[in-house]
Amino acid sequence: MMASSYNAKEEDGHHSGASSHGAAGAVKSKKPDNTAFKQQRLPAWQPILTAGTVLPAFFVIGLIFIPIGIGLFVSSNNIKEFQIDYTGVDISSPCYSCAKNFSWNSTTPCVCYVPFTLNQSFESNVFMYYGLSNFYQNHRRYVKSRDDSQLNGDRSALTNPSKECEPYRTSDGLPIAPCGAIANSLFNDTLELYHIDSNGTSNPIPLAKKGIAWWTDKHVKFRNPGGNNNLSVAFHGTNKPVNWRNPVYELDPSDPENNGFINEDFIVWMRTAALPTFRKLYRIIQKKPNTTPTLPSGKYLLTITYNYPVLSFDGRKRMILSTISWMGGKNPFLGIAYITVGSICFFLGVVLLIIHHKYDTRNNSADIPN
Amino acid sequence: MTWRSPLALVRDALRGQRAREKDLRNLVSNLPYEGLEKRKQPNRYFPGNAIKTTKYTLLFFIPMNLFEQFHRLANIYFVGLAILNFVPVVNAFEPEIALIPICVIMCLTALKDAWEDFRRYQSDRKLNNTPCFIYSRKAKKFIERRWKDVRVGDFVKVICNEIVPADLLLLHTSDPNGVCHIETSNLDGETNLKQRRVMSGVCISDPDFEPESFNSLVVCEKPNNNLNHFKVLCVSIKCKDHMDSPKREKPDKEKVGAGIESLLLRGCTVRNTDHAVGFVVYAGHETKSMLNNNGPRYKRSKLERKLNKDVIFCVILLFFMCLNGALGHFLWLQALPTVPPYLVPDSNGHLDSPGLSSFYMFFTMIILLQVLIPISLYVSIELVKIGQIFFITNDIDLYDEATDSRIQCKALNITEDLGQIEYIFSDKTGTLTENKMVFRRCSIMGTEYPHKENAVRLAVLEESEAEENVLFNKRPQPVKPRWSLDTEDTNFEDRQHQHGSHRKSKVAGNAQSNVAFSSPLVNGFSHSLQSNNPMDPLSNMPKKSGYFSNIFTSWQRKPNRNRTISEDSVVEGDIFNLPEIMEEPGDINGLRRCSLYAPTNSDKPATTSDNLSYEAESPDEAALVYAAKAYGFTLLARTPDSVTVRLPSGEDLVFEVLDTLTFDSFRKRMSILVRDPITKKYVLYTKGADYAIMELLGTPYAENLRGIQKKIAADTQHHLDCYAKDGLRTLCFTKKVVSDKEYKSWFVNRQRALAAIENREQLVMDTAVQLETNLCLLGATGIEDRLQESVPDTIMALREAGIQVWVLTGDKLETAVNIGYACRLLEDEDLVINMSCKNKLTCTSIVDCALQEVRRYNEDPRNVDTTPDISLVIDGLTLNMALSSDLQDRFVELAKHCRSVLCCRVTPLQKSSVVKVVREKLKVMTLAVGDGANDVNMIQAADIGIGISGQEGMQAVMASDFAISRFKHLKKLLLVHGHWCYTRLANMIIYFFYKNVAYVNLLFWYQFFCGFSGTTMIDYWLMIFFNLFFTSAPPIMFGIMDRDISAEILLGVPELYRTGQGEGEYKFSTFWVNMLDAFYQSLACFFIPYLAYQGSDIDIFSFGTPLNTISLFTILLHLSIEIKAWTAVHLIIIGGSVVLYFVVTLAYSAVCVTCNPPSNPYWILPRQMADPMFYLLCLITTVVALLPRYTFHVLRNSIAPSPLVQAKHLDQLDPSTRSEYIKEWRSFRGGGQVKSSRLSTPPSPTLETPVGMYPQSPTVSDIMGDEFTLNVISENYQRHLHL
Repeated sequence: MMASSYNAKEEDGHHSGASSHGAAGAVKSKKPDNTAFKQQRLPAWQPILTAGTVLPAFFVIGLIFIPIGIGLFVSSNNIKEFQIDYTGVDISSPCYSCAKNFSWNSTTPCVCYVPFTLNQSFESNVFMYYGLSNFYQNHRRYVKSRDDSQLNGDRSALTNPSKECEPYRTSDGLPIAPCGAIANSLFNDTLELYHIDSNGTSNPIPLAKKGIAWWTDKHVKFRNPGGNNNLSVAFHGTNKPVNWRNPVYELDPSDPENNGFINEDFIVWMRTAALPTFRKLYRIIQKKPNTTPTLPSGKYLLTITYNYPVLSFDGRKRMILSTISWMGGKNPFLGIAYITVGSICFFLGVVLLIIHHKYDTRNNSADIPN
Repeated sequence: MTWRSPLALVRDALRGQRAREKDLRNLVSNLPYEGLEKRKQPNRYFPGNAIKTTKYTLLFFIPMNLFEQFHRLANIYFVGLAILNFVPVVNAFEPEIALIPICVIMCLTALKDAWEDFRRYQSDRKLNNTPCFIYSRKAKKFIERRWKDVRVGDFVKVICNEIVPADLLLLHTSDPNGVCHIETSNLDGETNLKQRRVMSGVCISDPDFEPESFNSLVVCEKPNNNLNHFKVLCVSIKCKDHMDSPKREKPDKEKVGAGIESLLLRGCTVRNTDHAVGFVVYAGHETKSMLNNNGPRYKRSKLERKLNKDVIFCVILLFFMCLNGALGHFLWLQALPTVPPYLVPDSNGHLDSPGLSSFYMFFTMIILLQVLIPISLYVSIELVKIGQIFFITNDIDLYDEATDSRIQCKALNITEDLGQIEYIFSDKTGTLTENKMVFRRCSIMGTEYPHKENAVRLAVLEESEAEENVLFNKRPQPVKPRWSLDTEDTNFEDRQHQHGSHRKSKVAGNAQSNVAFSSPLVNGFSHSLQSNNPMDPLSNMPKKSGYFSNIFTSWQRKPNRNRTISEDSVVEGDIFNLPEIMEEPGDINGLRRCSLYAPTNSDKPATTSDNLSYEAESPDEAALVYAAKAYGFTLLARTPDSVTVRLPSGEDLVFEVLDTLTFDSFRKRMSILVRDPITKKYVLYTKGADYAIMELLGTPYAENLRGIQKKIAADTQHHLDCYAKDGLRTLCFTKKVVSDKEYKSWFVNRQRALAAIENREQLVMDTAVQLETNLCLLGATGIEDRLQESVPDTIMALREAGIQVWVLTGDKLETAVNIGYACRLLEDEDLVINMSCKNKLTCTSIVDCALQEVRRYNEDPRNVDTTPDISLVIDGLTLNMALSSDLQDRFVELAKHCRSVLCCRVTPLQKSSVVKVVREKLKVMTLAVGDGANDVNMIQAADIGIGISGQEGMQAVMASDFAISRFKHLKKLLLVHGHWCYTRLANMIIYFFYKNVAYVNLLFWYQFFCGFSGTTMIDYWLMIFFNLFFTSAPPIMFGIMDRDISAEILLGVPELYRTGQGEGEYKFSTFWVNMLDAFYQSLACFFIPYLAYQGSDIDIFSFGTPLNTISLFTILLHLSIEIKAWTAVHLIIIGGSVVLYFVVTLAYSAVCVTCNPPSNPYWILPRQMADPMFYLLCLITTVVALLPRYTFHVLRNSIAPSPLVQAKHLDQLDPSTRSEYIKEWRSFRGGGQVKSSRLSTPPSPTLETPVGMYPQSPTVSDIMGDEFTLNVISENYQRHLHL
């Protein structure tokens, strides 16, 4: 309206010449394109987070999370787990003397026996772990102290390991294979498990040492130099890590296929743990084809060849027996967390419902204060 | 080229240096030296015409660009960190990898710079190779060369419509008058033609210019960037051709001076002139246009300043986190009983002491946590601003059809400041108004004549022209009694008045010619009258009135003229027509300056008058010329020396223009000295501001008229005041007859002044002042400058947006106040404080009183919730006092309480000082908008300067940050784009900080579980990619495209703009709240997976991968909560980021077996993705991390919704209901209805309303006196508080 009132006066603006002479008709107009994108009018979904609109989301989250949580909790509870600490800190502990008298140089291994009782039988496959506490496998320099090319079977890296391996790169002028602090500190306790049946005889339980490493690690990432034939030749000209008793090609005397860099115990160790308290898979106790439980309840004896010192850093060593489920090992946390979060969401949903009734209706009057 | 000793070279270089730096340069023609080797050339020291604006050369691009980039503190920081990484004891990552981010960023920047530079190079090359004509002695003619071949001392010929290649001293043109027209639009955007004159007195004005005969020494000043100033002196050594030269006797020492009027500037286009020849005085980079060519302006936005403060907080935070890490490492080492196997000694088997290694650890931590200082933030902000500017310039609402111009963004980095403006300082003329002048009324010899039906007149005129002419022809000169018959009730006195006014008007016209060069004062008609008049005006009068009445009868049938006419004056019909007519002649003169555009001026002045189109330097003058034309007084031609006017009778009068005393802001007037073609007397016509003229009125020559003169002055003043009240622009016109003797003596002075090289302006001005005395007042004109469309609406909206609008104008107080009301800056119910005083003491007391009054007003309980409706009107003089250091604070305090402030009669300098004072004292964001050269200071002083490309050239636009074409565009620019840009950028910056902190803290928390050893649980490549690729695009898109509220709502509810003012959304607390949230989220993202994996056989990277994935989801979903409007682009970019993350990470972990030695990502993600735990973790962690923010948003939006949220609700309604709501809500607010109803019918700034008030208007005493009035003007009454 205003414009029109001015237009009326436009008439007596007599000089139209000023504006017309410059704009020749041929010149392309600079007028912007009237497209939704350029005019910022793209169709848009503009959600407003108010109690009313998000109410369903909260309830849905609650309704989904609580069952998941219960499921997780139940399956976690169904997992049977047994741990035994054999560090030997207490005088009463069977491994006390081994722990006290440890030295890397001793030639005779110290063996200790830890009897224990399983109150429940383990039905399915049982995974046997060793656990270390307070062992910082994730220390920055420790993590880096390895040579993946060497472990991948690269011959040049074998004879000339990466600088990262220092100071475990060479010994006595020969390159170390495998080099680095991780390999050097390989966990070398030997654990054996005996079932003591009712009449007192102890039967060794077969422990499978294959399949404890990732398939990809064993077959892709770790390779012996020059194939797997005659490892002692392949590793000729290298030295064993300082702390090791045997060279890398004699890690598993019982199975020549499990020697060198592809030794599964070694591979497992080389996969450095994320946290200072960790477990590593040691052996697998396969479920027997018949219906008897893998590990029936009863008395057992753990025989430990005690080689690995942990008291120097206040560490602990454990042996863990555990079944696993689809969600891995026993950990009730996730189940509880789901239940808790689900409940909180549900509760918030109720709160929002109240708020919605109290406030949201007011929004319909859409009053905008200054 | 012959070999020269190095010493000679050095000597030469030194001499060249000296020659360039001398204050005066001596230049001679190159022609005698043509073909000589370079060192014999006299002008060799001066640079050639080739230009180079590139910053870099091909060879040195890399070092120079690096040097440029390292001016940025952030870049130095990151490079420093990368270098730190090469120190083995502290390195956290592979040193080479640490260089990647900074390299990527610097490469991007370098690419951008290189591209820009390449474009500059291309345009330089194009320019340098443009052809031009240079005189060659060998060829004896002008031969075609390139621009880059032009050297100082050459003679260059420029053809019509060609661009001038260098600064040329004009020596010859095809025009017999030695005139050359140029268009300077390339330089300042002014499209009108400017006249340049051949340097007079240099002996080469014969028809065929012979450059070889030019033997003068040209002395000119050192190159400078003043486009309007130039001094040159020609010393002719011998002058063989010029036989007429009066000084031929001593030809070897003739000095001739010239100024800017003889200089063709590089970049101008020659128009209307067949060809012109000039002598190159400056070339290449020394030309004035190049010296004026400064790079783009760099302003730091308020947000950026705040951001830098927060970056410093980040640095502090980083410091403490690193300190924490170092300390933790120390304690951890201390707690170890012996050396454990996992502690790796250095290559010598030696372990550092805990103290030393924790000292190293401090630096390792800095490297590790460096991302806390967002490296990509600065680059992202630049990208976002480019995007925002793209959208602003593409807004169709900010496009002006009439001028085919979009908004121009000249400053690229202050878009978000548009959303925070609290004070707007606006010019009036051309900014609020069209600056298209329409002649409205005039006062001639004390009688007031309206001119309402200008347009109609014009129309009628055309039809009746023939008739008219006949009439005129019938009565050439003789006194006719006819008028008495025709005019019904005129009385003699009235007629007399008319007469007088006739003359005046004419005179006025003359005076008007403000134009720089051209202001011929031809007043054909009036002159003839005048010549007879001085002693007995009456005798002439009858004649004239006769004419007019005749004419009148033929034209006059205007229905509604009675409204406009001031009742007291003469008979309607007569007066109407008559005064107008009279005026016109004068006007025509004014027009003079307008170099006629349509007819290629000069030779054929007698082209048909109908299709003349005038180009005037100031729109006022054009208005007057057009008005004159409407009454039959047509300006036909204007040359530097003459003015041709066609009278209604059809005869052409040619006035000889003797001199033009150009306008300057000190005198505030201009004059033209002409010789009357009939009486042959020298007559000086002056036009100017009333206060500049009134004090110069002298005793009129005729003693007996004295009384009348006095009365005329008083009446005219009264009319002037009335005009001003109507918002008209006023001009006074005077005449002075100069005796021969006086003229002669003055002329000598004048010549001397013009030839002076020192202090010339001052001398020239002095001569002008000398002559402009004892003027005889003829009359005044009122010219209307219409408000631009939608101005009141825009101002209302801005005001509702919480922006205080100040108008700073050079106009009279009354004019300003009237415009203030018209554009709704002032409201009828406002409390208006008028401040106008003459001395400091009163000024102080006035400020104090007003301050008290204002405070009382505010404390009044009735006014509690209304915005203070106080307005302040202050004039320039008072403003000066109020801004003095002791009063400044109180004045600013006072102004703060006022809703609007009007400053009138302010100078450009005052404008900028007002802006500065407000900006500094109140610490507010200011915006200045203006269109003319007088606004440049203000535009540069404000946080944001906006130029309006209007009628007054481009200086304001050149100095501005944004250039718009209409004032109303300000509304959308601020309310919509300002709001958007600000919220977008503020939210994006906050988000950026959040993102980096949230991500980096994951690493920090991990340190607690790895002995503070600086381990990362995420592969470093993935970490780099995370910031560079996976999460960089969404925030940039967020910053460019998010739209919290639609434009319609923002325009409909301007109050929403307030959310951005002051602290706005980017508050100090916002920053810290987001930091806390980032901490919380990182805690959740770290500890939930930690607890889930605790005690298991998880390895480092298998642990890190879910963490990385979770934080990707958290970070993107966090952004999703912040995004206000989802478009397809948002979905694509966010979805794309997630897909990119998984594709890249999967590919990387599938392919890379040993490629990144210390870390081993091989097959980790595929394995994790096969594990249901991974998904369960991602789900719950993301929910836990975002739950508080989400809930908080929901609760706040539900319980205490911010205005923005409420506006969003509005946005979701369908358009019709929405507008319904807005309307309803508007009327809800107190007084809103009144206001909005008025919106539809704004008070027009025409005469209609105010006319009736003329008689009772307060008049001079009120305004002039030291009086302080507080006017509370309500609808029907006025209350004056005299303090």
